[in-house]
Amino acid sequence: MVIRVQTETFDAGAMLNALHAEQLGVGAVVGFVGYVRDFNDGQEVAGMLLEHYPGMTEKALQKIVREANERWPLIKADVLHRVGKLEPGEPIVFVGVSSAHRQAAFEACHFIIDYLKTRAPFWKQEATPDGPRWVDARDADNNAVERWR
Amino acid sequence: MITLQYFARYRETLGTGQEHLDWNDARDTLRAVRDELVARGDAWAVLNESRLMCARNQEMCSLDEPVRDGDEIAFFPPVTGG
Repeated sequence: MVIRVQTETFDAGAMLNALHAEQLGVGAVVGFVGYVRDFNDGQEVAGMLLEHYPGMTEKALQKIVREANERWPLIKADVLHRVGKLEPGEPIVFVGVSSAHRQAAFEACHFIIDYLKTRAPFWKQEATPDGPRWVDARDADNNAVERWR
Repeated sequence: MITLQYFARYRETLGTGQEHLDWNDARDTLRAVRDELVARGDAWAVLNESRLMCARNQEMCSLDEPVRDGDEIAFFPPVTGG
């Protein structure tokens, strides 16, 4: 399990490959990559600042991945989340899981990103033409997590 | 003594990210700590938001969570990562 919080960008392709390297029991790898958009809530976005709660962030991510491991037969599960200043087009988050079969991999990846969005202490601030704006939490994200209960 | 931390919009609104508070047993839950902070008036009313989230010793919890001497308590707006 790789849990990483970093300012540097990352290579999603390399991270996906690492999920099945030297793991001959892996039959399926599923990955999710989140990117910074140049538009949100009707406004242009020139960049983003990601704040987090050092210490708690890592614990919260570990807890989410542990829970995914309890619910699905996973071989590996990695999460990488960036913090600091990001530009449109840059990757923010990577979630990747490997399993013997696709269903567990698909579901666990979906579960991890849904939980991350509502349980991990990250906050986005967007740079807009009107100045910086803290992103509001979306009800849709809370609804998404409900269906895993 | 307990350590209080505020993040993101709350940190900006309150003008501080961390402080220490003397502990007394009367404040026995996070809700009591929150209420005492709100009683400071002005900007502190932000902690009355219904969607306020909190953590005790870096674990998310509810406002009914007990508080003990030495705890690290955090108040923050709904998270928006991913």
